[in-house]
Amino acid sequence: MISRQDVEHVARLARLALSDADLERMREQLNGILGYIDKLRALDTTGVEPTSHAVPLVNVMRDDATRPCLSPDEALANAPERSGQFFRVPKIIEE
Amino acid sequence: MSAVATEYETVIGLEVHAQLATRSKMFCGCPTTFGAPPNSQTCPICQGMPGVLPVVNRRAVELAVRAALAFGLRVNPACRFARKHYYYPDMPKNFQISQYEEPLAEDGSLELEVDGAPRRIGIQRLHLEEDVGKLVHEGDFATALSSLVDYNRAGVPLMETVSRPDLRTPEEAAAYLKAFRAVLLALGVCDGNMEEGALRCDANISLRPRGSTELGTKVEIKNLNSFRNVQRALSKEYAHDYRYFPEPDLVPLQMDAAWVESTRAALPELPRARRQRFVSQYGLPAYDAGILTQSTALADYYEAAVRAHPANPKALANWITSELLREVDAADDTAIARSGISPARLAGLVLLIDDGTISGKIAKDVFARMLASGEDPAAIVKREGLTQVADAGALEALVDAAIAANAKAVADFKSGKTAASRAVVGQVMKASGGKANPAMVDRLVQEKLSRM
Amino acid sequence: MRTIHELTAAFAKGEASPVGVAEDYLARIGALDDRLGAYLTVTRDDALAAARAAEARYRAKAPLGPLDGAPVALKDVFCTRGVRTTCGSRILERYVPPYDATLVERLKAAGAVILGKTNMDEFAMGSSTEHSAFQLTRNPWDLARVPGGSSGGSAAAVAGGLAAGAFGTDTGGSVRQPAAFCGVVGLKPTYGRISRYGLVAFASSLDHVAPFALDITDTALLLAATAGHDPLDATSVDAPVPDYVAALASGVKGLRVGVPDEYFGAGLDPEIDRAVRAAIDVLRDLGAAIERVSLPTTEYGVATYYVVAPAEASSNLARYDGVKYGLRVPGGKDLIDMVSRTRAAGFGPEVKRRVMLGTYALSAGYYDAYYGQAQKVRTLVRRDFEKAFARVDVLAAPTTPSVAFKHGEKSDPLAMYMNDVYTIPASMTGLPAISVPCGFNGSGLPIGLQLIGRPLDEATLLRVAHAYEQATPWRQRRPELS
Ligand SMILES: [Mg+2]
Ligand SMILES: [Zn+2]
Repeated sequence: MISRQDVEHVARLARLALSDADLERMREQLNGILGYIDKLRALDTTGVEPTSHAVPLVNVMRDDATRPCLSPDEALANAPERSGQFFRVPKIIEE
Repeated sequence: MSAVATEYETVIGLEVHAQLATRSKMFCGCPTTFGAPPNSQTCPICQGMPGVLPVVNRRAVELAVRAALAFGLRVNPACRFARKHYYYPDMPKNFQISQYEEPLAEDGSLELEVDGAPRRIGIQRLHLEEDVGKLVHEGDFATALSSLVDYNRAGVPLMETVSRPDLRTPEEAAAYLKAFRAVLLALGVCDGNMEEGALRCDANISLRPRGSTELGTKVEIKNLNSFRNVQRALSKEYAHDYRYFPEPDLVPLQMDAAWVESTRAALPELPRARRQRFVSQYGLPAYDAGILTQSTALADYYEAAVRAHPANPKALANWITSELLREVDAADDTAIARSGISPARLAGLVLLIDDGTISGKIAKDVFARMLASGEDPAAIVKREGLTQVADAGALEALVDAAIAANAKAVADFKSGKTAASRAVVGQVMKASGGKANPAMVDRLVQEKLSRM
Repeated sequence: MRTIHELTAAFAKGEASPVGVAEDYLARIGALDDRLGAYLTVTRDDALAAARAAEARYRAKAPLGPLDGAPVALKDVFCTRGVRTTCGSRILERYVPPYDATLVERLKAAGAVILGKTNMDEFAMGSSTEHSAFQLTRNPWDLARVPGGSSGGSAAAVAGGLAAGAFGTDTGGSVRQPAAFCGVVGLKPTYGRISRYGLVAFASSLDHVAPFALDITDTALLLAATAGHDPLDATSVDAPVPDYVAALASGVKGLRVGVPDEYFGAGLDPEIDRAVRAAIDVLRDLGAAIERVSLPTTEYGVATYYVVAPAEASSNLARYDGVKYGLRVPGGKDLIDMVSRTRAAGFGPEVKRRVMLGTYALSAGYYDAYYGQAQKVRTLVRRDFEKAFARVDVLAAPTTPSVAFKHGEKSDPLAMYMNDVYTIPASMTGLPAISVPCGFNGSGLPIGLQLIGRPLDEATLLRVAHAYEQATPWRQRRPELS
């Protein structure tokens, strides 16, 4: 079971500002889903290799060659806020 | 047995991030040139735009394997990239592609000398990752309302090595970093430029009772000259849960054993081995050997000079350490090349001294002219008429004249003050314009005075 | 409603013009899409320019190939240079990519006329297209029902005659399920067959680019034009692309078709059960050998998927933070506050749910129990298929347990997830799978037959599907929209 505290912690990790009501609904829904997912524990997977890729490829690499960059204006075209050629963000305050 | 530990020792581990000397970034084709205008070296991939995928730079892997082998690390037969998550605006995807459970290489060491005593510092692991962008505060840190982000550095290939907590003093830590840097430079893996951030070091420091093998409470100390690093350290503390998982957009790397062995065989001689060889092969003092092996370019310069004039390696070392390095920066490879004095010309200069053509004093003037014009020393000596006067007849006339003009010195010499001969010798040298062979002058003066 | 191969044949003979056809489709979109809600963005000017270029090539008797002038639609998950790409999300509402996805480049190079960008569940998370931040998409067969999802806009566009073909993405069934719901063909190729470069990621190890078409020949043409190695996608397979169209005529004689027991259990709509078994009988009549097989891990598929996909999604969606592009909710006391409010406002409820679920599954102390375990179960699922494919050439099964449901009918997230029970196993193993229309239920709603093949063996899948299609009348029936 996922507690209210867990939900708050996960929301902080995921950078989601959720209201009290959101957090409560989230707790209920996550518990429903996690309850269902718990069936995976019934499977014995001792000694089973995890599959992280559907197709077993290895050593896919590129040559160390340069390609054209975006111009600064293209790079910044979607920026919510810019200052000269920089992206601008609010100040970082640590908790 | 004492119940209270009265003595503590410092335990230091170093994490070094070295920028790999590639043309393009770790996962995209943007150049890695330092100092470009903000956000002029980015593409959708290193900006972490929606839809992009990374592809590994083969050269970065090769360079990291070279470094791993040089430090005696075990190159793992397979390694994998992982995503490391934490939110920070200089990291475009809010995760860093790094390596976690399956790094490129593990278990090696770096040998160094602290106050002449050898030390072996363990290196726990070596892995590849991408750099983040640069964050600058708008105005003053304390009052700034916003920060500015430049992603030019984002995605630059880094090699991270984590030392074992084998270091005890700040001096050892500094020696480690110096030796580490020298190895990377010798390998051509990193340009070592610390001001441009190509080599960065973080320390994990803890205190523990002397004799204990457990680590005490760890304090992570970041490059304290940078606010960004202080902040990042704090931010990591807050997030702390990196939620690593294997990077699904990249496939595993498998290292071909034969290729790894051929890479190992092709490694250049490393600075420490070269230093030891300079001592044994050329008879140099350890100090000189240390200076000459600071950079590959300098050591190569020295050995090229020795090949041109094998008879006097010690004199060549002296000329480089005392004269050449006064003019150029030992650590700067290109500065040595730019000095205008080739190894063969320096060897030629020493040869002119050794065969008696010029005196050591004249040689210094010739050296100054070589620096200015880049000319051949023999040509300078010939043109300027700097050849020593070694003709006994010509010298005899000069000596006779000097004796005739120095009645006091002659009298002193006769009364047993043999040092008075030096005044006569000085007079002869002066009269010859410095070109008289000092040994011959000395012999002639002694002879003539004794016979008087 | 004409297929792509019919249209381009008419272009070649001069019986139709690419510009005229593009104008017809744009006019139909103008007339019908208010009701259907298939498109988020219609790229009228670009489409007409591409059609004019195609027309000039046909006039010069030098078309680029079998897709030249074909009017197609793209799910709004593919990056299109200069054309906004929203992923059905507020957070990307005004995002304009500076580059084309590899899929888009290849379609343009083949002369395709891109009509616009279609609606989808936000970030492809959903099975009904109801999770789009912008609009509902309706099923052309019954406007009160969903088109399926997450590629519902693309499926509805093809079924409704608002595009001759389309591309979507299939992560857990997001092309096959809407294809079944809308009575069109949907093919999920082998993982790595079509480049993912420029496809906005949902779950990287499960995302597949996948075409929709009116028939199997068009499906083969769309696959052939877009499949093949891409150096920009490290997971793209470097294998030759066979001539899919040429392979279609071979028939099914001698092929072994496996029927997995677990795909016909409780929860399967009896009308679908009957239609799919009837379809298998058709294959038998055509000369295929039918064999029962077992895929015992099928029941774990949904649970496995709902660990892996949200975990990867939580990571892929971390980049939407209001810093570089997309929505920013201003104000707030500092950066963390800005980012957290932006994400809360920019993501819809389903995306937030999955980001939370995935973050939890990867967090310290839970990784092994969730993500680690799910990736191991994935191996077990793969082994099941390997065993089956040692005996048979393709598997035949239903695509979905039910037909298209009504808007709002599945409000419980878990009930929605269960809709993917038959499509998820092929997603997790990367195996090629296709949904082909195989009849209608009593209310006239389409039913899909799913065929699953060996890795990289799309040719056999298409061959079986083609034989079935040619032997049955289903593709003649089209929804009435006026
Ligand atoms: Mg690191
Ligand atoms: Zn780049």
